[in-house]
Amino acid sequence: MTEIELATPRVRNGGRRSPRRRSVSSRGQWRIHLILIVAATLMVVPFVWQILTAFKTSNEVASLPPTIVPATPSLVGFDTFFASVPFWAQFTVSATSLALRVAGQVLVAALAGYAFARLRFPGRNVIFALFVLMLMVPSQLFVLGQFDIMKELGLLNTVPALAIPGVFSAFGTFLMRQAFITMPKEYEEAAQLDGAGTLRIFWRVMLPMARPMLAALAVLTSLYSWNDLLWPLIVTPAGDNRPLTVGLASMQGQFGTDYPALMAGALICTLPLVIVFIVLQRQFFAGIASSGLKG
Amino acid sequence: MRATLDRPGRQQRRPGPTSPPRLRRRRNRIDWWAIPMIVPAFIGLAALYLWPFLSTFVKSFMKVPVFGPGTFTGVDNYTKLLSDEDFWRALGNSARYTLLVLLGIPIAIVLAALIEQAAKGRTLYRVLFFLPVVTLPVAVGMVWRFILNGDFGILNYLLSLVGVPGEYWVADDRFTIYAFAVVGIWMGLGVNLIILGAGLQSIPVELYEASAVDGAGRIRQFFSITLPLLSPSVFFVTVLTIISALQMFDLVFVMLGSVNNTAIDGSKTIVYLFYEAAFVQFKQGYGAAIAIVLLVIIMIATAIQFRLQRRWVNYD
Repeated sequence: MTEIELATPRVRNGGRRSPRRRSVSSRGQWRIHLILIVAATLMVVPFVWQILTAFKTSNEVASLPPTIVPATPSLVGFDTFFASVPFWAQFTVSATSLALRVAGQVLVAALAGYAFARLRFPGRNVIFALFVLMLMVPSQLFVLGQFDIMKELGLLNTVPALAIPGVFSAFGTFLMRQAFITMPKEYEEAAQLDGAGTLRIFWRVMLPMARPMLAALAVLTSLYSWNDLLWPLIVTPAGDNRPLTVGLASMQGQFGTDYPALMAGALICTLPLVIVFIVLQRQFFAGIASSGLKG
Repeated sequence: MRATLDRPGRQQRRPGPTSPPRLRRRRNRIDWWAIPMIVPAFIGLAALYLWPFLSTFVKSFMKVPVFGPGTFTGVDNYTKLLSDEDFWRALGNSARYTLLVLLGIPIAIVLAALIEQAAKGRTLYRVLFFLPVVTLPVAVGMVWRFILNGDFGILNYLLSLVGVPGEYWVADDRFTIYAFAVVGIWMGLGVNLIILGAGLQSIPVELYEASAVDGAGRIRQFFSITLPLLSPSVFFVTVLTIISALQMFDLVFVMLGSVNNTAIDGSKTIVYLFYEAAFVQFKQGYGAAIAIVLLVIIMIATAIQFRLQRRWVNYD
């Protein structure tokens, strides 16, 4: 995977528009926009359909021919959703496990990433090779053993069990190492001349400079954490402390055909991350562009 | 003579103030602070990744009961797997899904190129195309299950308007993999667009200007400049797409598994089979064997791509 990572173009300006660009004559522009608008509409239609359905009644949904706009807008779907899913409890689980995982991973990955990038210590290359190796292994190879560990520790059906494996990510460490290794050495040398120690240089000089990559890592980790299904499904067998993904999926088992309720639930559970994305799009794009999407 | 020639050369390579010898020596010394900085990440990696990986490998040669210790059974799990019809069907499904999802890459290339050429609204387009990526896969699966529903789904209604008979897209296992692929392409487009967009931005504008002077049209430019120079990004996107498509689980679970749809039997993917064996039927040894086989398949698929890249990927 290293080779691929290196082959990825670095996003120099965080995915922002580059100042120099080839422009297509304004006459040709309408054709470009026509295609893009059609494609973007196809992307958005499922969301629009979801929102419209959420405000219908189940009778209206099953009627033929289907109505586009709700005939009599209703909140029954939302009521059913909130009555059948412990929304706030599951929201809290999703949010706290996300916070634990993001905070933990950013800290652990930044510390290790800096050491791998800049400090000399015995076994550095061997240990880093282990990290890269784990980066290439799909997550399904880990969940059996991780489940056993959580069981041994008595952590099944708890929030820490949801968050802990994600705190230690070979991916995050690798990303932070790449960020530190590309930084100019002059700053550290200047700080050393001023008599600053390793920790002080890391904390005061290097970490602030790595802020864009830290933000990108935090945002990507939030995305995996909020959307993950397989691990929460496995580690909450008793049904306590389930995050929204699992709650929503199991609600589907109960109310398989109550589409207004399902669409209302899907809408509400999706909304928090969509809002975060719209506020922090640049960090999302930078994170994806410099790493690809890998959990 | 050599020494005197070497010296100025080295100094040229290191511009700026020369560091005093004391400092340079310091940088070559072992920094013991590295140990506490590495330890949290290393313990986590060893305990939660290395050990589980090894234990999965060992378990794949064992029969593991729900309670009590397991017993070694040699390659039993693997021979059982190879004669298991469900496994071959799941393998076929995953392969078909992966091949179909690859069709999303040419779409992404064209759209990325168009977005880069648009004078206005680039950020808006990127945001719209990216929305499915930040949407819960569970929610995505639910919405599409509704759209593709055979009885009152909107797709079949739209098809009936143009006289095409609808099908039970998500209840008939002849169609489920295609349904998953459509959703998978829709979900993955945003990520591919961002990676390819970054690749496009790194192509020097001068190349386009020069070829325009030589009279090359836009289609010609796309094939003779954009595609070759974009090939490293295309390669990266292809590798990522294949790896994640081979691990597809969420859509199968949400669109069929969690609603007890009978089409699930013919629509399982490898990872769904793994989940079911290990965590529903509690056959950990068998599940471990499936996971190991998945790893081998992914490694082979990735190795093949690295082999083939020499033929078509252009690293200047």
